[in-house]
Amino acid sequence: MSEKFVVGYDGSDVAKRALDFAVSRATAQGGSILIVHVLEWSPYSFLTPEEIEERHARRTEELDRAEKALMAPLKSTIAAAGVPVETQIKYGHVAKTLCDVAKKEGATQMVIGRDGDGGLSSRVFGSVAGSLVQVAPVPCTIVP
Amino acid sequence: MTRLVPTAVLAVFFTVFAALSASAQSIDETINGIFASSTGWFVSLIFSNFPGTSFPWIVGWLVVAATVFTVYFGVIQFRAFGHAIALVKGDYSDPNDAGEVSHFQALATALSGTVGLGNIAGVAVAIGIGGPGATFWMILAGLLGMASKFTECTLGVKYRNEYANGTVSGGPMYYLTKGFAERGVGGGRFLAIMFSIFCILGALGGGNMFQANQAHAQLTNVFGEYPGWITGVVFAGIVFAVIVGGLKSIARVTEKVVPIMGVIYVGTALIIILMNYDKIGWAFGQIFAGAFTGLGVAGGFVGALIQGFKRAAFSNEAGVGSAAIAHSAVRTKEPITEGFVSLLEPLIDTVVVCTMTALVIIITGQLISDPATGNYLLNEAGTAIKTVGDTSGVALTSAAFSSSIGGFKYILALAVILFAFSTMISWSYYGLKAWTYLFGEGKGQELTFKVIFCLFVIIGAAASLGPVIDFSDAAIFAMAVVNIIGLYVLMPIVKRELNSYWSRLKSGEIKKFT
Repeated sequence: MSEKFVVGYDGSDVAKRALDFAVSRATAQGGSILIVHVLEWSPYSFLTPEEIEERHARRTEELDRAEKALMAPLKSTIAAAGVPVETQIKYGHVAKTLCDVAKKEGATQMVIGRDGDGGLSSRVFGSVAGSLVQVAPVPCTIVP
Repeated sequence: MTRLVPTAVLAVFFTVFAALSASAQSIDETINGIFASSTGWFVSLIFSNFPGTSFPWIVGWLVVAATVFTVYFGVIQFRAFGHAIALVKGDYSDPNDAGEVSHFQALATALSGTVGLGNIAGVAVAIGIGGPGATFWMILAGLLGMASKFTECTLGVKYRNEYANGTVSGGPMYYLTKGFAERGVGGGRFLAIMFSIFCILGALGGGNMFQANQAHAQLTNVFGEYPGWITGVVFAGIVFAVIVGGLKSIARVTEKVVPIMGVIYVGTALIIILMNYDKIGWAFGQIFAGAFTGLGVAGGFVGALIQGFKRAAFSNEAGVGSAAIAHSAVRTKEPITEGFVSLLEPLIDTVVVCTMTALVIIITGQLISDPATGNYLLNEAGTAIKTVGDTSGVALTSAAFSSSIGGFKYILALAVILFAFSTMISWSYYGLKAWTYLFGEGKGQELTFKVIFCLFVIIGAAASLGPVIDFSDAAIFAMAVVNIIGLYVLMPIVKRELNSYWSRLKSGEIKKFT
């Protein structure tokens, strides 16, 4: 069975390093890459009436922008390097969504970056990397 | 440039008020006088009694409708209760639709529009006039109202307008036109226009002036007397910043703080009730006895019943049609699911929150009764029950809470201001939807309404409670007159949706995702 790498990607420098790492491993092992971009979203947040009215339009815009700005350029460059690549854009809690995708798509490994910036908010709420270490359903590589 | 115009208008307005501030109190009186005399006829029309009785026809209209829907849909409020909870929890939400408005969000936003001063001040008005017995009728009206809400919110989603840019507009004006056309019944367009007019008045009345008025009452209660127009101008300025200036951050903060305040309010009420646990049985005794005898209140048990029904309808807005506007933007393939979710609204609003307020007022002994007869004593005018310290409205609630927990009046003042503010923001949206239905979508039309809305904040804060509450009630009930006619005509459509959905749910065709 060939390796399938799920890469959490948000366009940041660390995410790029994580993706580069995953691409190099996939090339070496003959595996494929699934890039997942998660837009932070809670179905229990509170919205104003105007936000509710415009939500569907906003969502369409957000998906469109993420696809055009983030995913499309990656797809062509990685595919050009000869590695099979797929992309997904999801809404939800970042760590939980990455795990769900990994399980559903039968991934064998996960790769994410971390910024190493242990600010107050990540101390209180935990970071994506910290959560994944604890709950990832498959081996998870964290790229500094 | 377009932004400058309303700012200039408001600036002129502020200057005029500042120039007249020397005669501040007389401004309040002038506004009050003009307001009372110009709205009196409308109030009398809506609240006229059935011939030969002292029972307002409008209260009968609402309760009969809620009862009809309850029977017609086979006590849907209890049958679908569990399913409604599952929907709100997201058990039936497709994970691929994440990022769209969830049932929870639609419910929370609709609730922040209805949970407001009706629950704090309105209940105090009802108990003050109708006695503890009003609570019983209020709870009953709340339970029945769940069926009305179910009907209107299902229709709101089913007949909403979806525009090419992905935004949606829904509400009674749309189901009255489209639904009536589908059933081949005439007059839909006429009713939709009537509804829109009343909705604008309701937004300016109950959704605006009543809120500003009671927020001011609470502020003077805490900080001492000062002219109402000052509160009005400050409130109007903030509302203006949010709805015209697009300062979404303020609205967002309120949307987050309001649910927390709601929890604090109910929690505190529960603590006070538990502190007086020995009186709980007595309080319920008063509620039941008062419901059927009146215990000496003005108008006897009918007086208690009218007050209870009136306050319930004003607080949870079931049958009024406003919730249909709020709920219509949810993303769902099945309109009926939003109907199920909306069932929970009168339950939370009236049966839980309003009842808490009522119990605290009763249990803390704010109402003075005659120890010999057990009947309540009336004030000198004979219109309301005598209270400790002669309070009414929000001041009565504040006195009740403060008698047990000293500093609570400051927390309550904050809660009142936030509730008032979030209700104003919600109603400015309902009013705006009705306004654009009448005058067409467009920046200019929207701005006109928003500026008018802000001016009414000032009027509401300056006028005295009597005329404001009368006009607010009348305008909101006028919406119900039109809306409920529509619900009667369209209820077979809801029934068809219900039967289809329910059979698919039972057969397992509609599955849980979790």
